Amino acid sequence: MKLPWKKGACPSRPSGQTGRRIPANGIDPDRIIRFTFDGTSYDAYPGDTLASALLANGLHLAGRSFKYHRPRGILTAGPEEPNALMELRTGARREPNSRATVTEIFDGLDACSQNRWPSLRMDALGVNGLFSPLFTAGFYYKTFMWPAAFWEKVYEPLIRRAAGLGRAADAADPDLYEKTTTFCDVLVVGSGPAALAAALVAGRSGARVILCEQDSVTGGRLRADRTDIDGVPGWQWADRTVTALRQMPEMRIMTRTCVFGTYDGGTYGALERVADHIPCPASGQPRQRLWRIVARRCIVAGGGIERPMVFPNNDRPGIMLAGAVRTYINRFGVVPGQRAVVFTNNDDGLCTAVDLQHAGAAVTAIVDTRAEASDMAQQVARGTGARLFTGGTIANTYGRLRVHAAAIRDRSGRVRHVACDLIAMSGGWNPELSLTTHLGAKPVYDPELCAFTAGSFPPGMLAAGVANGTFTTAGCLHEGAARGQEAAAACGFDTELPPLPAAPRESYGIQAIQPAPRDQAGGDGKAFIDFQNDVTAKDVRLAAMEGFRCVEHVKRYTTLGMATDQGKTSNINGLTALAQQTGRDIVRTGTTMFRPPVQPVAIGALAGAHRGRHFKPDRLTPTHEWARQQGAVFTANGIWHRAQWFPQDGETHWRDTVNREVRTVRTAVGFCDVTTLGKIDIQGPDAATFLDRLYVNGWQKLPVGRVRYGLMLREDGFAFDDGTTARLDEQHYVMTTTTAHAGAVMQHMELCHQWLWPELDVHFISVTDEWAQLAIAGPRSRDVLRHVVDPDTDLSNDAFGYMHAAEITICGGQAARLFRLSFSGELAYELAVPARYGDALARLLMKVGAPYGIAPYGTEALGVMRIEKGHPAGPELNGQTTAHDLNMGRMLSTRKDFIGRTMAARPALTDPARPTLVGLRPVHAHDELVAGSHLLPHGAEATGAHDQGWISSATWSPTLDGWIALGFLSGGPGRHGETIMVHNPLADSQVAAVVCPPTFFDPAGDRLHA
Amino acid sequence: MRLNCPCCGPRGLEEFTYRGDATVHRPGTDAPAQAWVEYVYLRDNPDGWHRELWYHGAGCHAWLVVTRNMRTHEIADVARAADVARLARENAGS
Repeated sequence: MKLPWKKGACPSRPSGQTGRRIPANGIDPDRIIRFTFDGTSYDAYPGDTLASALLANGLHLAGRSFKYHRPRGILTAGPEEPNALMELRTGARREPNSRATVTEIFDGLDACSQNRWPSLRMDALGVNGLFSPLFTAGFYYKTFMWPAAFWEKVYEPLIRRAAGLGRAADAADPDLYEKTTTFCDVLVVGSGPAALAAALVAGRSGARVILCEQDSVTGGRLRADRTDIDGVPGWQWADRTVTALRQMPEMRIMTRTCVFGTYDGGTYGALERVADHIPCPASGQPRQRLWRIVARRCIVAGGGIERPMVFPNNDRPGIMLAGAVRTYINRFGVVPGQRAVVFTNNDDGLCTAVDLQHAGAAVTAIVDTRAEASDMAQQVARGTGARLFTGGTIANTYGRLRVHAAAIRDRSGRVRHVACDLIAMSGGWNPELSLTTHLGAKPVYDPELCAFTAGSFPPGMLAAGVANGTFTTAGCLHEGAARGQEAAAACGFDTELPPLPAAPRESYGIQAIQPAPRDQAGGDGKAFIDFQNDVTAKDVRLAAMEGFRCVEHVKRYTTLGMATDQGKTSNINGLTALAQQTGRDIVRTGTTMFRPPVQPVAIGALAGAHRGRHFKPDRLTPTHEWARQQGAVFTANGIWHRAQWFPQDGETHWRDTVNREVRTVRTAVGFCDVTTLGKIDIQGPDAATFLDRLYVNGWQKLPVGRVRYGLMLREDGFAFDDGTTARLDEQHYVMTTTTAHAGAVMQHMELCHQWLWPELDVHFISVTDEWAQLAIAGPRSRDVLRHVVDPDTDLSNDAFGYMHAAEITICGGQAARLFRLSFSGELAYELAVPARYGDALARLLMKVGAPYGIAPYGTEALGVMRIEKGHPAGPELNGQTTAHDLNMGRMLSTRKDFIGRTMAARPALTDPARPTLVGLRPVHAHDELVAGSHLLPHGAEATGAHDQGWISSATWSPTLDGWIALGFLSGGPGRHGETIMVHNPLADSQVAAVVCPPTFFDPAGDRLHA
Repeated sequence: MRLNCPCCGPRGLEEFTYRGDATVHRPGTDAPAQAWVEYVYLRDNPDGWHRELWYHGAGCHAWLVVTRNMRTHEIADVARAADVARLARENAGS
């Protein structure tokens, strides 16, 4: 931070900056940077915000209001800004609704005003103000009621165009975003006197401390006010303190980082604006970083937000919060006006008069709503030469694009017009409580402070300073230090309180929140409460008169506090107006809840790196690279990528390829990567008992070296998953699950073992990723395998028959597992090798299988063959089918307990009329059957009343030279041979089909036993 | 939200999967249908303390019984489900 030039040594006015710059603590006047606003280029200094730079260039008009398109100026100097919302940058980086008050200027910044046409100064929709009766409380509900058809075509587009915010970029965001997590003992939110004192004490104790400041610089209000600490300007004390903090090894100071939410378990969300203040991020640098901070203690010391005063036409450009005026003067060296009126209900607002005069501006009037002039008011009025209107109010203001006069009503009711180009208003300060209420704590009203303070805190949270209702600098320092000590001690770090620096005890002297004005005779103008959503005092009164007395209802009916600023400057004034109208005090009126985020958070930051293809991980099979080299087309199976088919030269349609792959398996031999099936290794003395309870069928009698098909139910009796389990040894099984349910089955087994039957002595682990497993299928598969397995394994049908399993060696000693399983219905094996050999195995099979005509096949051919064989898969095990529906009712053992047994026996689940698995063949073999079609009795009208089931899977069968399908038909097994109608409502087509057993091909199973 | 896993220590919510009520118990095969319906389908939604099952799927794979306040999200206890189940059996047996 460069020091400002010395007093009295003001440089001449920089080119382009029409406003006069004075010495200030937050800008570097040695360098001029240029930015563009609405196409015109302007000068600024490093350290400026867009708002301070606009004001320095004499531009108060910054935007148009939401509903009435009224000219609006810069109201605040912080993140609570409701008016000065801009579009920043251009092209893919264009970002709407950016608050000029927190936008750091950089060389080349391109900013545009929004919600105006054709220009900011000349906005055609300003006529909306003339139709304001249409836009009162609840106008969405009242004005646009009928006809209903008008909503979509007329009203909504109209509202959206007129009540606009900015335009989002049309192109994808080119920037990177990061998400990260960190831990600390004490998190300090803010960097004003309370926060710095807290960090200093906690840091000295040795605790790990993180201090987050949303602003680009530390110091908080010490940069905005002329407060001396220890005999030096407060901002210098802050800089020195921060320098000292940075020396501490366990201290981390994060600027441009807004803590936006409090979450359970001491977790806080924070957004770090890493590269918002530069034209574009450096290569690889994130634009923003989302932090999850886990803190054992959190000290909220984020200060407060000033309330506007509510008076007619209180929204003209040039009417600003008093504290913001001081920020622009002291931090940025910008004096926002030369003839000022100060309108306040407290002593703090009077400081603005002092600072304005000190900066060389004239203060023509001080309007103080308090009935008695405070000592400070009298003193300031004398010192500044301003006329003091004790007990006065502002009755109206004048000036279209900039305020030029105020009508001041004195305590006697007499109205005087005073020329001015700035009205600095202070309705008092609200402690910034948001973080304390995110977990549901209700704030409480403090009548002394005329503000809400934290009623209770979430576990581990403390507050200090203005955020805690302590409004003096000395009090902030003292309370911050005490909280820092308390927080550190709670984390096991004890420390003494250091001597505190000398600091002022400012007077505040607020007596009441100024009530909103009653309707003036003749309707003097709108008195705005919510500037961003254009909600006036009259709207709140109207809502109350219409019966909306609950603050949450008023909020939604009037939209008060529902804009992107979340009512930071408006909520309490709205509450006051409601209390006034309903004749209740504020305590009984209540307050609305704050919810995270405290400030807007870009979706990009929440998404972080999880976008596009990085949204989910890619899970690749061991043969993926080999398959890619073969020209395979891949399909997504969950996060797995699987080869769908392997096109060869001359094949013009995927169906040609799939038909060829099926024919290859049926006539010669093919192989397919089935690694994606879940594999769970189960061991222990109670393994068989455990399997008995998981599966519907029995497992005790399965011999070692054999495989069995098993069906699992959910506890509600519906089918959950199926697969085969092999017994490799007395106490050793290996289970396979479907690809889709591999994770869910594992979780289910963990629950059953740990929660239901912890007495079972069994252990299991997922080995899906440990083994590459290839299915080798077809009449020549045994011939191919003989070239792979070591000679001591006898592959003959007698020695290694259907449903056998063995641990073997291949390729001269490499351990492998061989299963004689068939999903295709052919003589087939599944060979498992350690995953790292999957690729080599595929290449070996291609080589040794070549003489037998081997070809790889993908999931599509796999699917065709399993339909030809009537094997249920995902579309059949869809979570709504039972074992009976799948023709597996007889598998349900009656001699043991198993998951789902009792509920599966419910009459409704065993009703023969339930749609049950059947096969379907069209009467004309080439009539296409489509999955999802409805099954109707032949000749019945296609209505829901005649619906008897559906097709779950359908395919063209190259083996049978016709379409085939699996489906669920009411009373299905008893209707084999019946002709029914297949109705596809999407294509409005009907196909006659014959019901048959679901096994279309080789029903006796001769081929797989070969 | 964070859970203090007895095996792994305090971990973020994203490592866990919620299942539900840990106060219902699987009836025996001879239990009346109503007991099964209540076990499978019926759940209380207490205002206050509740015991529920969570799964540390991205950690140790332990099922956990979490005692959580439904109103404040305060977590009073996290125990391994296997330990809870075993203890319940011992108590039932003694």
